[in-house]
Amino acid sequence: MTGTIRPRVAIQSGDFDTAAEIARLTSGRHDIGAVVTFSGLCRDEAGTLQALEIEHYPEMAAREITRIAGEALGRWPLTGLTVIHRFGMIRPGENIVLVVAASAHRRAAFDAAAFLMDYLKNAAPFWKKEHLASGAQSNWVEAKSTDAAALKRWNEVK
Amino acid sequence: MAVKLVYFAWVRERIGKGEEIIDLAPSIVTVGDLLSHLKTRGEEYEAALEYQDVIRVAINQEHVDHKTPIGGAQEIALFPPMTGG
Repeated sequence: MTGTIRPRVAIQSGDFDTAAEIARLTSGRHDIGAVVTFSGLCRDEAGTLQALEIEHYPEMAAREITRIAGEALGRWPLTGLTVIHRFGMIRPGENIVLVVAASAHRRAAFDAAAFLMDYLKNAAPFWKKEHLASGAQSNWVEAKSTDAAALKRWNEVK
Repeated sequence: MAVKLVYFAWVRERIGKGEEIIDLAPSIVTVGDLLSHLKTRGEEYEAALEYQDVIRVAINQEHVDHKTPIGGAQEIALFPPMTGG
């Protein structure tokens, strides 16, 4: 590793290119043995969902994701880390979030990517609103208790 | 003390605005005091903050709990539990 790794954090309305994001972390390097990517997509909920509208708190979102990414970098020996989160109107099949974790070995990359997603869901200021295909009134997605429970394992297994 | 309040998601929709600047009396010390005070500002605030315990709060863009003192806050954000990712 060469000094401190800075995570790449982007909050954007447009789509991202997963292959390009992987290349950004790996090109020109020969010390990386594992790259794990997680992509979160908008699903159509059996055809009932027309779109998700994602609202966010811009200044805080970038700050929180950077903070969580910093924790992951302190916890696992990563060679690079990228987190991209979209906002605005997103249709079924489209990307919402991307995490790319690179490391010499797979375990660190897998664990860091999972940790990031668990923490991001709980602490990054984004909110999803469902627009329904039926045209019925849109509603805010409720936070799941399973998402909060998912955090616990990171404090148990260190 | 004048402070900027910002609201998101259904908190924003129920209050009917995204942000405002309000003047706070010195008797409002903690986040909990602020939420209780806001509920007295009208029925839209009452509707937004009905389940006060579930409201998440950030001071100057950092998460805080309801016991945190608000002294020195420039921006206080009120929002529902987050559903990103």
